[in-house]
This record gives sequence, structure tokens and C-alpha cells, in this order.
Amino acid sequence: MNYDLVVIGGGPAGLAAANAAWEDGCRSICIVERDRELGGILNQCIHNGFGLHYFKEELTGPEYAGRFVEKLRATGVAVRLDAMVLDITRDRQVHIVSSGSGYEVLEARAVVLAMGCRERTRGAIAIPGTRPAGVFTAGTAQRYLNIEGYMVGKRVVILGSGDIGLIMARRMTLEGAKVLACVEVLPYSGGLTRNIVQCLNDFDIPLYLSHTITDIQGRNRVERVVVSQVGSDRRPIPGTEMTFDCDTVLLSVGLIPENELSRAAGIVMDPRTNGPVVYENMETSLPGVFACGNVVHVHDLVDFVTAEATRAGKAAAACCAGTHPAEQRVLPLQGGNLVGYTVPQHIHLDADFSVVELFFRVRAVCGASRIVLTDETGAQLAAFPRQRLAPGEMENLRLSRALLDRAQGSVTVSIEEAAK
Amino acid sequence: MYDVTIIGCGIAGASLAYQLSQYDLRVLVLERENDVSMGTTKANSAIVHAGYDPEYGTLMAKLNVRGAEMMEPLCRALSVEYRRTGSFVIALNETDLPHLQKLYKNGVKNGVPGLRLLSGEEARAMEPHLADTVCGALLAPSAGIVDPWGLCIAEAEVAVRNGVELRLRSEVRGVEDHGGRYVVHTSSGDVETAYLVNCSGTHGHEISAMVGPREWDAHPSRGEYYLLDKSSGGLVQHVIFQCPTVRGKGVLVSPTVHGNLIVGPNAQDADDADDRKTTLSGLDEVADSSRRSVPCLDLRQSIRNFAGVRAVTSESDFILRPSASSPRLLHICGIKSPGLTAAPAIAEYALELLGGMGLTLCRKSSWDGGRERICFRKLSETEKAELIRRDPRYGRVICRCETITEGEIVAAIHSPIPPCSIDGIKRRAGAGMGRCQGGFCGPRVLELLARELGSNPMQIPQDGDGTRLLIEETKGGDRK
Repeated sequence: MNYDLVVIGGGPAGLAAANAAWEDGCRSICIVERDRELGGILNQCIHNGFGLHYFKEELTGPEYAGRFVEKLRATGVAVRLDAMVLDITRDRQVHIVSSGSGYEVLEARAVVLAMGCRERTRGAIAIPGTRPAGVFTAGTAQRYLNIEGYMVGKRVVILGSGDIGLIMARRMTLEGAKVLACVEVLPYSGGLTRNIVQCLNDFDIPLYLSHTITDIQGRNRVERVVVSQVGSDRRPIPGTEMTFDCDTVLLSVGLIPENELSRAAGIVMDPRTNGPVVYENMETSLPGVFACGNVVHVHDLVDFVTAEATRAGKAAAACCAGTHPAEQRVLPLQGGNLVGYTVPQHIHLDADFSVVELFFRVRAVCGASRIVLTDETGAQLAAFPRQRLAPGEMENLRLSRALLDRAQGSVTVSIEEAAK
Repeated sequence: MYDVTIIGCGIAGASLAYQLSQYDLRVLVLERENDVSMGTTKANSAIVHAGYDPEYGTLMAKLNVRGAEMMEPLCRALSVEYRRTGSFVIALNETDLPHLQKLYKNGVKNGVPGLRLLSGEEARAMEPHLADTVCGALLAPSAGIVDPWGLCIAEAEVAVRNGVELRLRSEVRGVEDHGGRYVVHTSSGDVETAYLVNCSGTHGHEISAMVGPREWDAHPSRGEYYLLDKSSGGLVQHVIFQCPTVRGKGVLVSPTVHGNLIVGPNAQDADDADDRKTTLSGLDEVADSSRRSVPCLDLRQSIRNFAGVRAVTSESDFILRPSASSPRLLHICGIKSPGLTAAPAIAEYALELLGGMGLTLCRKSSWDGGRERICFRKLSETEKAELIRRDPRYGRVICRCETITEGEIVAAIHSPIPPCSIDGIKRRAGAGMGRCQGGFCGPRVLELLARELGSNPMQIPQDGDGTRLLIEETKGGDRK
């Protein structure tokens, strides 16, 4: 089976990429989705707050996904549901299996990777204690609650202050559970400020910063957890233990882009994002293979996923149409002081763009600061003042063609904190 | 009345049941949990030891070497994953070198094939990630790795298919010796049997004390582990041991048959026979110790921690003998390392002992010892296509990390010892073994279990009875 474009994943990234490619004239597109319906993780995100940037209104997750699914229905994009990609080859053969169509090899002129991410588990952070039932990642608990219709517990401690954990603190409370505490090992929350306010503060759920769970107890089901304060080395401080009687621990301790297929295809990865290294048009190191959404870097807001995926979809359509220049000058971008990573990591200087959207995260909470862009000669290209920067809130800059043309060698993004 | 009743269905009990199923006997296996392989067998290093450690002349030495020999053909017949990787014992400094010499000599006496002493350079040439401090190694080519619960389940399944009865949720509460016949009181009712075999692992001393004075003391020892993602699975090709100490064989680094890397164990006195907790200090100890062997080990690749309990007793050797107070009760106890390796040989030896105790062993005219298992991931493209054509359920991938299909999960649910829990499926089909640890597939496995067993999803446990996942239905709304 041949397609111009195969999109792997039918969540928000894959949907936006397919729609954008169709709008740009690509007429042979297939989305491969492993779940039984399109929409990805948005389907279980029944809270509101989606779409404020993109649609300028507040939608629930399923509503946000629904808009793109409806749009897709008006196109001729093929959709394979309940189909799993086993392999992507370097010459863009996509091997898939499904009950309905068996084993198939789809040959594509362009591929968009939109597989999303997975949650870090208890095993990844080595929480000591027994191994009873009742320890869930926040997203798994969210699925049981919002999709399957079951409560996973009544007295809950949440480890990690990532957004899914915060959302679940509120959701479990509304469903009748008692959320005893949210415990965060870092001295600041990893979630959005609005979620701290709306999901913890509004329900009087205490947030313990610089604390972690140091023991899980219970033979069959969680019976209690011990929470300790941690020092600046993140190691527990003896004598600070607090015990919570609870039946459930929810983990919201980070998301990991799901790049097993990308790695197997030999795509160059960025160890800081755990995602593929991408250009400004979201192309990876493998020509004709693009990536977008949480498979590239973990986003806070789906609106930004949509924007990024739209760029990927347009670029993939251009690639299929053959309007994709081959040899190009490349400008590398990199994170400097307090900047964890940048996306994109490279810019095609000869490509047709007027503005490049740059995304990055800071490594620590910063007060009044300036985001400074310098080039290899040390010359300052631009500076952007900010009142506050936090790792939980992804930063985004629009870089003009003129600015990038001025840069010598490479561009470094750094933070200069104002003197206190 | 049963001819033989085996107490406990870990690797020792299952191996014996497998052997006994070849004879014309009425055999019963009692297991206190809701599945087989629920104790030490599901939480250990999963190593087939070559047999240079146990002191020459002990039962342990003899049965270790014999077990290692039996393992490969047994696993092949049962479709159980096994790989002969070979093992290294490394010397981290000059003072370790005499230990290697000693192990070498002991191993030669024990009949371990192919042992060879290597220099540090030779060892690093074969295992480039070994520490620079490694100044020598003992290579044992006959060592390997195996799927321990897979082997236990396979042997128990073949036994059941050949007429052995298995009673789960049957904890032994008391034993009465009526001279020639035992009455065994269990949590699921009384059982009468001519012979009794005590394979109850870390609880062996409790069974022994039901028929007479205490014959040994139990000193359960807890060992903690890290299991690393498959991306680290190729870091070493052999099982890498450090020099053994009085507390055990030390922290090892080894590939697993599932493609991961296992790191551990330490040795801590356990609070009780079922104490499988991990501790901050214990995990630190494992981390520090393992990095001495393989410094580039990245424990951030960890996908799971766990602990297992060794059946360490006051006796250094395996306890394989009839009870001193009750001559038709056979103890197969104190099966600590290398118990997994030795298990097939222990079962063979137990047959001899039972024969000596008066049991008549008469081979069945027909016995089906084979077992086949489909592993979708390992099939070729054309085999995959053909399998899905035959049964479309093999085209639906449920566990995305390990590529486990609905077909494999449904086959596991309807296997001779049907699992009732999410972890029971994990041990049989491999769903949930991977890097997301069942985060994605857990709800779908639960749905398949409920569908195939016709039960309420709320009743499906994570693992043992009582490990409830779902507490209640959400409020409001009409249900389908």
C-alpha cells in the first residue's frame, strides 16, 4: 500500500499534522492509530482549559480533539484504528499490524511521527517499600476514572506536581476521594500555576515542596506512606518523616517521549528532550521523516502541540510535493545558562520562512530576567525581558528571519537573572 | 486418597509435580496463593549457575551441576526462554584473585565444564564495559539465564495436563500423621494422602514443625534488585558476578531472557518469610556495588525495583530428606541459590528418595511432556501475517512496550492453570513487563480478563487475592 504521507499516531499532534498536510494539497494521507478511536490522551482529559490559545475559548479535552476529528472527516484522509506500527525503516516503509487488515507494509514519501509520550513509573524513581496494589501513574488512574468508570482509591497521596497529578487531585476530590497531600521533591512545582491554584489551593490540598515519599507500606493494598523532607541533594532528611494513612499513591513524576520506533529507525535523538533532533520545519535527521508533539518534547499546552504539528504537516506536504530544497545551510541552536533545551535544535537558513517559533524550558525558577540570544562571536542578537520563568511553563519566542540572518555560526539561548 | 501431596507450587514443587506426572500416581499440589510461582520463584536473579560455588561433596554441588545440564533441553521442550550466556566472576583487586583460584579448583572438582581463568585484559576484551579495576575473572561457559516463573508455570501446566491436581488458595494449617496416611488441614478443606512433600519455600520450617520438633531454623534473607530498560539490556553479554562472600554470591549484573538488564541482589535479614520490601539503603547498596563491576551502568534506566526472599536456613546445604519425626514426609527445603538451577535435578533426586521411602514408581504408558507457546514478537513477517489470518486477535497489540497481542493474552487466560490477575497475565504472556510497567495495557488486560472469565472488573486483582485495583464505580450516570 502506498501513501504520500503516513502519520503515526492519531492524538492531537497527528490530527493537526494530517489536517495541515491535507490543506496544503497532500491528497494521499493515512493516520495509523493504536487505540480504538482518534484523539489520543485528550479523550480521558475531561476537564476544561484546552484551546485558550488556539481557539480563544475553553474546551474539554474530548471537545478539543473532536474539532480536529470533525475537520478530518471532511477530508479524504485514511484512518487505520486499532493498528500498531511495529517498525519504520529508513526508506519510510511503515510496518503495521491490525486485526482487520493483518500485517501490512505502507510505503510513504513522508512520515510524521506523532506517538506522544508515556509516564514515568515507580520503578524509574525507585520508591522504597512494599509492592501492593494502589500505586498508579496519574494518567492510568485518569483512564480508569474517566474512561472505564471506576474509582481506584478513596484516600490518596500524590507524588509529583506535574499537571496530570494536579488535575487528578481535583478530579478524585470531586469524585468523593480525600486527597491528603501532593508531594514534590523539587523546591518548585512542575505544573502550571493555574493548575496549582485551581486543583490544589481551591480544594485545600496541601502541597509539600522539597518532600518525597520514602516508604510505601501495605501487603495487599497500600495502607500508608511515609513522606520526608529532602535536602538540596534531594536526599531525605532523617527526622522529618510524616505518615499518611492512605490506600492510593498517584505518580505524576514526569513524561517520557515514546521514541522506540524513532530510535530503531536510526533517527538522531536529543538526550535532553528524549525526542528527535528537529529542524524549524520539524524534520528529523532522517530526510522525509518529521516529528511533532510530545514525541519531540513534552508540552504543557495542547495548543502549542497543534501549532507545532501544523508546521510538521505543512512541511511533510511540501516534501511530498517535491518543493523541499535538498542542500541547505544549517544554523544550530543551543541552550546556554539555565536553559535545558531548545526546539528546534537546527534551522535551515535557506528555507522559506519569515519567523521561527523557538521553544525551550528553563532549568530552575528565575525571577525577573532577560532571555538573551547570542551568536558564536558572542554578539547579542536580541534580549527579551521576563518577570518570572519556571521549568513547568514552556517558553516560546518568535525569531525573525532578519535576526537569524545576522547570526554568525550558531545561536545560544541563555537566561540572565536581574541582580537581586 | 492421594498417593503424593506436594505443599507449595514454586519451582521446587512444580519441578517435582512435572516429574511425578510421568508416573502412575494420584498427585495433588497445594498452593496457598491464587497462582503458582508466587514466592521466591517470581523474585530472584533468574540465573542458571554453572556450579563452581557450592562446596565439593555437598548435595548442592552435585544437583547444581546436574540441574545446569538439564536446563537447556527442559526449557526447549517446555517453550521456556533460556540462554546459555556464560558467566564471569570478577576480581576487583589483587586480594580477590585467590578466591577465583579457589572457585576454579572447586568447580573442576564439581565437574563444571569449560572453566577458564582470564586476565583483566582478556575479561574486558569479552566484556568491554567491565571496570578498569577488574584484574582477573573466572569464566564459566555453561552458566546461563532463564525465565524462572515461566519454567515454574510450564512444569506445573504439563503436570496438570497429565493428571496432577492443583488446588490454589489452599494454605496448609495442620498435618496429622495417622501412620501410613496423612490428613492435611488446608484453608480449602482436608486432604488425605499417603506421602507428603514439603516444598513450601521460606515457610518450610513451619510445615516441618507441624509433625514434630523443629528440625532447622529459618533465616530468611531479602535481596533487592533493579530491573533496567531494554535499552540497557545489551550492556553485558555474560552474567557478571563479584567474588562471593559469606552472605551470598554478591551483586550481579546480567542480561535477562526478556531482554532487560537485572542488577542485584544485596542480602538483608528479612523481617519474616514474606518480607519483600525494598529500602532506600538497600537500593543504594545495590547501586554502589554494581557500579564497581560495570561503572557505566545507568540506573535512571530502571523500570522496576523488587525484592525476593531466600530460603536461608541454619543448614548450609539444601534440606532434602525425610522428616525425622514422620518418615513419609519428604522435605525439599532451604532451596536458596542455586535452587532455581538445581530444581530439575532436585526433583529427579526426590524421586529416588520417595522410592526409598516406599513409594511405588511405575511409568505411565502415555505422557505428553511437550508444550507450545506463541510469542508473536519473535515470529517472522510471514508467520505474523499467517497467524493474524488464522486468528485476528493476534493482530491487536495490547501491550505496546513488549508487543503482546490479544491472542497471546487470551491464550494465557485459557491455559491449563488459568490466571486470575493482571500479574498472572504478565508472568504468562509478558504484557506489562516493559518500560511503562502496565500503565497503558493494565486497563486493557483487566478488560480482557473480565471478558474471558465472565467476571466483574472490580474483582480482578493486580496479583494475589486482596490486591484490589478498583474500589468502586464512579458516581452517577447510566451504565451500559
